[in-house]
Amino acid sequence: MLRLEKRPQPSALFAYVTPFLAVLATMIAGGLLFAALGKDPVEALRVIFWDPLFGEFAFYYRPQLLVKGAPLVLIAIGLSLGFRAGIWNIGAEGQYILGAICGAGVGLAFYPMEGWFIFPLMVIAGALGGWVWAMIPALLKVRFGTNEILVSLMLVYVAEQLLASASLGLLKNPEGFGFPGSRNLQQYASAHNAELFAGTGMHWGVAAAVIAVIFAYVLLNRHILGYHIRLTGEAPRAARFAGVRPARLILFCLGTSGALAGLAGLFEVAGPAGQVSIDFNVGYGFTAIIVAFLGRLHPVGILLAGLLMALTYIGGDSAQSQLGLPAAAIQVFQGMLLFFLLAVDVLTNYRLRPATRETA
Amino acid sequence: MDLSAINPVLLIASLMVAATAVMIAAVGELVVERAGVLNLGVEGMMITGAICGFAVAVGTGSPTIGFVAAAAGGALLSLLFAGLTQFALANQVASGLALTLFGLGLSSLLGQGYVGIKPPATPRLDIPVLTDLPVVGRILFGHDLMVYFGVALVAAVWGFLTYTRAGLVLRAVGENHDAAHALGYKVRLIRVAAIAFGGACAGLGGAYISLIRVPQWTEGMTAGVGWIALALVVFASWKPWRVLLGAYLFGGVTVLQLNLQAAGLAIPVEYLSMSPYLITILVLVIMSADRSRAPASLGRSFHASQ
Repeated sequence: MLRLEKRPQPSALFAYVTPFLAVLATMIAGGLLFAALGKDPVEALRVIFWDPLFGEFAFYYRPQLLVKGAPLVLIAIGLSLGFRAGIWNIGAEGQYILGAICGAGVGLAFYPMEGWFIFPLMVIAGALGGWVWAMIPALLKVRFGTNEILVSLMLVYVAEQLLASASLGLLKNPEGFGFPGSRNLQQYASAHNAELFAGTGMHWGVAAAVIAVIFAYVLLNRHILGYHIRLTGEAPRAARFAGVRPARLILFCLGTSGALAGLAGLFEVAGPAGQVSIDFNVGYGFTAIIVAFLGRLHPVGILLAGLLMALTYIGGDSAQSQLGLPAAAIQVFQGMLLFFLLAVDVLTNYRLRPATRETA
Repeated sequence: MDLSAINPVLLIASLMVAATAVMIAAVGELVVERAGVLNLGVEGMMITGAICGFAVAVGTGSPTIGFVAAAAGGALLSLLFAGLTQFALANQVASGLALTLFGLGLSSLLGQGYVGIKPPATPRLDIPVLTDLPVVGRILFGHDLMVYFGVALVAAVWGFLTYTRAGLVLRAVGENHDAAHALGYKVRLIRVAAIAFGGACAGLGGAYISLIRVPQWTEGMTAGVGWIALALVVFASWKPWRVLLGAYLFGGVTVLQLNLQAAGLAIPVEYLSMSPYLITILVLVIMSADRSRAPASLGRSFHASQ
């Protein structure tokens, strides 16, 4: 039998190795899953992980990597700040939806006027929408000690209803022949989040994601606030002696992650998605949780994890059309990744030792 | 709007049905939390139970076997969480979330061939004379067995925690795992058992939705009920009977908003649909003032060397 022995210091080596171990384990388990579904596992893994990057049609898929990855990175960066300090914002999906509704709402309010200032205003509105939605659990936690996990999650379901209401009522396209959904922002030049360089997939959301990564890196490593965040997560008692004000930290972490999720929603609705519709949200807010952990709550790690997760989306799509692999299989695959990651994490903090007979 | 279309007797009767799934899941989670473990994966275990129960009930034609399978499915999934948190010492919040994300994916994968199928009907309890009693008969004696099972489960859990030695040990493990360990109790084993019980309950709750309440299979059909079950445990201050009260309160809100939708209240349907979640938040806010009743070791990892 093996026994776990606590390491005096978390292993730096394993902190870097474990994400790769987790990905490897997931690929093996995923291969078994695909085999169980009656697909050739090697081919499935090749279609998902290899072809989009180096295959024949890679020129088409590579830009998609940025398109899918940007919202994940943007949201996960925000979440990671809170997760580090033990502040659990699980409702990014709701903040993402609110950002999209508010941002698109501002853009549509100007329709059909054209002007350079419309898109920046939408960006601000999107961030504000997500921020306000995240402030609800933040303020309730600060004021009443309410659990932010449950409140932020409940608000996802509320946001989904608001989204339905917006696409059926307030923001419905008056020229849409009665179909739910707003006007298409892609056809409204001043509000369109177009590609910055044609054919690259690079839109403002990608730029924002990169900025967020740099911002988070600087914050965590060079700024007192980032130090407070890390300290609160590692030693809450010590943090209080060091002068950390928990309430401020909660408001900052939840607010920032909400604003970033709102931004992601706005860039998505004004760009790739194009319109506010009932099924606009596709679960980026939840997948971003996996991205944050896979990236070890480290900004650069999150950037890489976001790209990897985007790859599973894109590869999953083509596996769906080429091999008839069900879409849900990819979702299971992503869930497995988080499982394996959490499981191998133990190696960072503990050492495996052959068990010695315990003496009483 | 025609409020007279709402029949109070039917309202109370359907409230009990609406409350059952969340009640069973919540009382299972209550046991888990009393053992000092916070399992946020209730939603994932419920939806997995929902599809396991549904698939097996359709396959065998027996809802009873379906419910057994649902409990087994939920428990099996919860053992993944148990392995992560008790043996790999992973963070409980993250592991619970992983369980939910995985469960949602797994259930839609398993449920692929079951969309649009009707499950075998679960018989209602029908006691001659009693069921025909005016008012009381419909409310008390006209339900399927799971409604009574839910209430019985709450009573059993209450009795177990209050009066049995095993219940005392379980609470001790939840209050102070180091002390319980020092006294020679198998903290890990007890917690794994509690987690499996919670998983089985969540699975049953999920199957209640897919087999009786709705009854059909759609992806993501639990729609946050698992999270409401978690909120219910906070509302109940970790006391079984208050889970029952809270579940009926929640069931009442759900049924009432559905009735108001049907009666054509001048509020858009979406706003009525969000009311159960808003009420849950409100209740959480009110109950959060008193955190003293939470088990002291809740959410903390246990490792014998520390």
